[in-house]
Amino acid sequence: METAAAATSATPSTDVLLRLTDVVKHFPVRSSSLFRRTAGAVHAVDGVSLEVRRGETLGLVGETGCGKSTLARCITRLYEVTSGTVEFDGADISRLTASQMRPYRREMQMIFQDPYGSLNPRRRVGSIIGDPFAIHGIASGQDRKRRVQEAMELVGLNPEHYNRFPAEFSGGQRQRIGIARALALRPKLVICDEPVSALDVSIQAQVINLLSDLQRELDLTYIFIAHDLSVVRHVSDRVAVMYLGKVGEIGPSEDIYQKGRHPYTQALLSAVPVPDPKQMQQRARIVLVGDVPSPLDPPSGCRFHPRCPKARDRCVTEDPPLVSRLGDPEIHAAACHFPVEVGEDISLSTPQISESERVIEEGLVGNA
Amino acid sequence: MSIQDAGGASELATLPGHDAGEPVEAAKVIQGRSPWRLAYERLRRDRAAVVSAAVILIIVACAIGAPVFAAITGHGVNEQFRHNGLSVEGFPVAPGSHFLLGTDDQGRDLLVRIAYGARPSLLVGVVTSAITVTFGAIMGLMAGYFGRVVDTVISRIIDVTLSIPFLLFAVALAAVSGGGSLWLVIVVLSIFGWSSVARIVRGQVFSIREREYIEAARSLGASPWRIMFIDIVPNVIAQVIVYASLLIPLSIVAEATLSYLTIGVQPPTADWGAMIASSQAVYTVAWWDLVFPGVALLITTLAFNIFGDGVRDAFDPRADRLFV
Repeated sequence: METAAAATSATPSTDVLLRLTDVVKHFPVRSSSLFRRTAGAVHAVDGVSLEVRRGETLGLVGETGCGKSTLARCITRLYEVTSGTVEFDGADISRLTASQMRPYRREMQMIFQDPYGSLNPRRRVGSIIGDPFAIHGIASGQDRKRRVQEAMELVGLNPEHYNRFPAEFSGGQRQRIGIARALALRPKLVICDEPVSALDVSIQAQVINLLSDLQRELDLTYIFIAHDLSVVRHVSDRVAVMYLGKVGEIGPSEDIYQKGRHPYTQALLSAVPVPDPKQMQQRARIVLVGDVPSPLDPPSGCRFHPRCPKARDRCVTEDPPLVSRLGDPEIHAAACHFPVEVGEDISLSTPQISESERVIEEGLVGNA
Repeated sequence: MSIQDAGGASELATLPGHDAGEPVEAAKVIQGRSPWRLAYERLRRDRAAVVSAAVILIIVACAIGAPVFAAITGHGVNEQFRHNGLSVEGFPVAPGSHFLLGTDDQGRDLLVRIAYGARPSLLVGVVTSAITVTFGAIMGLMAGYFGRVVDTVISRIIDVTLSIPFLLFAVALAAVSGGGSLWLVIVVLSIFGWSSVARIVRGQVFSIREREYIEAARSLGASPWRIMFIDIVPNVIAQVIVYASLLIPLSIVAEATLSYLTIGVQPPTADWGAMIASSQAVYTVAWWDLVFPGVALLITTLAFNIFGDGVRDAFDPRADRLFV
């Protein structure tokens, strides 16, 4: 993992707001409730090292179950990390007690995916947005109410709706309530966990624009988690692609989209719909076979090798480090032994590893 | 309230960020109707619940105003009328102009005793439900929220209490403590009642604990107690109230059962269960001794049950959508 750390520490450390070093989160799986035995562990996050710089937006993409949300919850200490460190503003926060953690909680906040699940249906909106002030003992009574209404105004909600319940708002408005709550204490870092994926497309744009306006206005740093690549491209300065608990590729947004080195990045990009049917038909799509392997027992070597069209024997045995490839600048790193050249069409490649190492869907083989 | 300011509202209505179709009501206090308010309004529209509530109020008035019955009839609750309250053969007197509901085997006025008999029933019903539900909810809350060891310990205690035969325990406890009493009844019923409430609450809390709004509260730095009482309790309290309202008739019946078995209130205190028990000797010649206390018990439990159903429907509007 030393190589990975070297690749990400290229920038001056002064403007680094958040640094993750080799963060690991395993969930032990227990067999029965009466006689607890550890039967194994879900390797949700397995050695992630990355940095987030002050004022930037880092996009975090990957398919469902790749550990994006778990990573977010490790950063905010909703989960305890199994190993590794989380440094926020220069201080290691990964081992702090709940009371030591409190001052940091003011500085980093989360915006959640589900605007229906993230607001308590039994509480009035004013009370929900007032929570941060109440918990940190910052304001009470009329002062709190005034601040809550300011926060509502900031996100484009009518402050008069202070006394309403979440059920009386639309999905987009609810997400604004979640944003108001997250920004009420003016945090430095905001982790947006798929903030728009539960919203209608027309509302998505509004919420994304609101988030970028607020970033400029309040000097926020975002970690933006999504599985929608076009959204991530729009908002992110840098993008990290995750696969099975590891970062497969990280780099400036345009580099990732123009010259993604990791075959998995290429596969993800080829799945993004293009708003032109002709172009869509001509474009070579990289169809990955099978599902993501079980995080209970991740594959050896490169975790992508069972599904990778470019897999070679080396991928089975050796875990590729996350370093810059093919003469890329240091800030663009990929964890792949056989990175993709610009213009290379990997939809035509065939893996050259023994069949037992590959994911083969029986149905697909039969039809072919 | 500053939010009544109309100028501010019209300004905000033009904010570009508003989602389409948002109603902007100016110059008016915007107050969302709370789930409590909505439940109350649904309860008001439920005719059976309103009628049963009225019946409950009448029973409560009878219990409180029992001395009034005694004053009007001139018959004390424990007063034995050996000359006109018992027949020549020593049997109870039938209902008539002097004793409206007749007399019991001791020659006491049945009407006055039934009115007084409502007191232990209601007391046990309400107090037991309150204790049971409060204790059970707190235990369930802790088991569900903290999980792990706390949950294991509380769950095992629940299993143990549910496996002890309730009547046997009550009889044994009465024997050990030297005779029954109303407080013994309350203690016994509470010991056996809380575990089912705890189970219900525990299950609810288990599912609520995984909601994102709990994660949001934790990421804001809220303490476990704050999360339990501010975020979780409002989401389970409706169920608890429904359970409590259905627990009252159960407790009343259980109290009558224990008093029938002489574990409850001791003679000569008036009690419906004890009255039914003492009627056993004479009911072949004096049906009223068995029927009237029985009917009083029936009406009371029925009223509480129907009202409890109404409360449940009011808190769970999906139920009435099925039929309307």
